[in-house]
Amino acid sequence: MSTVNLPRSLLALFPGVTKRHEVAPGTVASVIDELDGSIPGLRARLLQEGPTLRPHINVFVDGEPGDLETPVGATSVVHVIPAVSGGST
Amino acid sequence: MTTRTMLLVGTPKGAFVLQSDATRTDWSLQGPMCEGWPIHDIIVDPTSGAILAAGGSPWYGPAVFRSNDRGATWTHSSVGLTYGEGAEAIKTVWSLAVGPDGAVFAGVEPAGLFRSEDGGVTWAHVSGLTEQPSRSTWQPGAGGLILHTIVPHPTDLDRTWVGISAVGVFETRDGGTTWLPRNSGVRADFNPEPNPVTGQCVHKFAAAAGQPETLYQQNHCGVYRTDDGGEHWAEITLGLPSQFGFPLVTDPRDPDTAWVIPLNGDDRGRYMPDASAAVWRTHDRGQSWIRSGEGLPQENAYLSVLREAMARDTLEPVGITFGTATGQLWQSVDAGVSWDLVTADLPAIWSVESVVLDS
Repeated sequence: MSTVNLPRSLLALFPGVTKRHEVAPGTVASVIDELDGSIPGLRARLLQEGPTLRPHINVFVDGEPGDLETPVGATSVVHVIPAVSGGST
Repeated sequence: MTTRTMLLVGTPKGAFVLQSDATRTDWSLQGPMCEGWPIHDIIVDPTSGAILAAGGSPWYGPAVFRSNDRGATWTHSSVGLTYGEGAEAIKTVWSLAVGPDGAVFAGVEPAGLFRSEDGGVTWAHVSGLTEQPSRSTWQPGAGGLILHTIVPHPTDLDRTWVGISAVGVFETRDGGTTWLPRNSGVRADFNPEPNPVTGQCVHKFAAAAGQPETLYQQNHCGVYRTDDGGEHWAEITLGLPSQFGFPLVTDPRDPDTAWVIPLNGDDRGRYMPDASAAVWRTHDRGQSWIRSGEGLPQENAYLSVLREAMARDTLEPVGITFGTATGQLWQSVDAGVSWDLVTADLPAIWSVESVVLDS
């Protein structure tokens, strides 16, 4: 199984949800869709119309920047990290 | 019966809730709520008693937060808050209002209107407004292309007015299917054509108590009143120190009374004239205006108040509250005659709502 790590500011919107999740391999898109099944509303926080990742959401797969099409392997580690560019207010 | 009062405050660093009793003198402050998200508007849904807060995170997009326990816990949703895959992304939710049937309306950026029939859990696009023939000409104001004002008719479900910057006022008379520009008589001094059909920079408008055809408007270019539902507006700026300001509220019982906060001008710093703080009110439908600075700083007060940052309650005498862009919250419990500082060190105040609860 792949491992996904979610950021603290995202977890705060979903009380009780843990930081680390085990998901089926596939792509970043399929990983987010699977997480949305168990955490309803999570997809809308990470993706905007397109669909595409929101402008200030970064996803790293095994340490490399990714997008929705990036493959996620069976032993991959995915980090979802809000960009430092996002906090203008 | 016990009366409790609440002030709901939206800021770029979250929502704050202040609670007091009917005296409105001692306020307890709680916050920031909504995980520190920028909150543009916050209201109480009279149907459920829930607090609804509208905003948008620079990271996580637009959402409407909901609390059923006066701010202790919150959920959020943006289900349906979209123009569709491939369409322009919605950045934030700017305004909220509740219709006479309990439906909740949300205005968003880029400008559009959404409707919820389940208290803000799911939303449906009111596509008729986006399909308005002038849509391709809409230009943003300094705050963006935002739908910032929603005024449902108090009894007629088919009629609603909205305000968009810098586009103007629209009204629907068929439940949102079609929308008519309602800007006749409103100047657009920044436009080569000073009296266009659309393109006016409406800042805020509100309906008169018991007279839904009468609306008062604070515009970028003056203060106006209509007595025919927006088909014609008459300027009522005369007597004010400036034509420029953002918020406007109307009295809950007297259709002749409204309050505004003039700023010195769009190109002069946008603070209160002569750096002397004051709220102005009319008791005769805008024929004359009365200045009140009692209790407010009268010198060196470079204060600004944004469009959603003034509110009134429903008590007698009516309470008026405004928040500044530098975080001071001021309140009058004598209908805007004199003022007291509630709290001074909030983040920039984007919105204020004043609520009275009987239990």
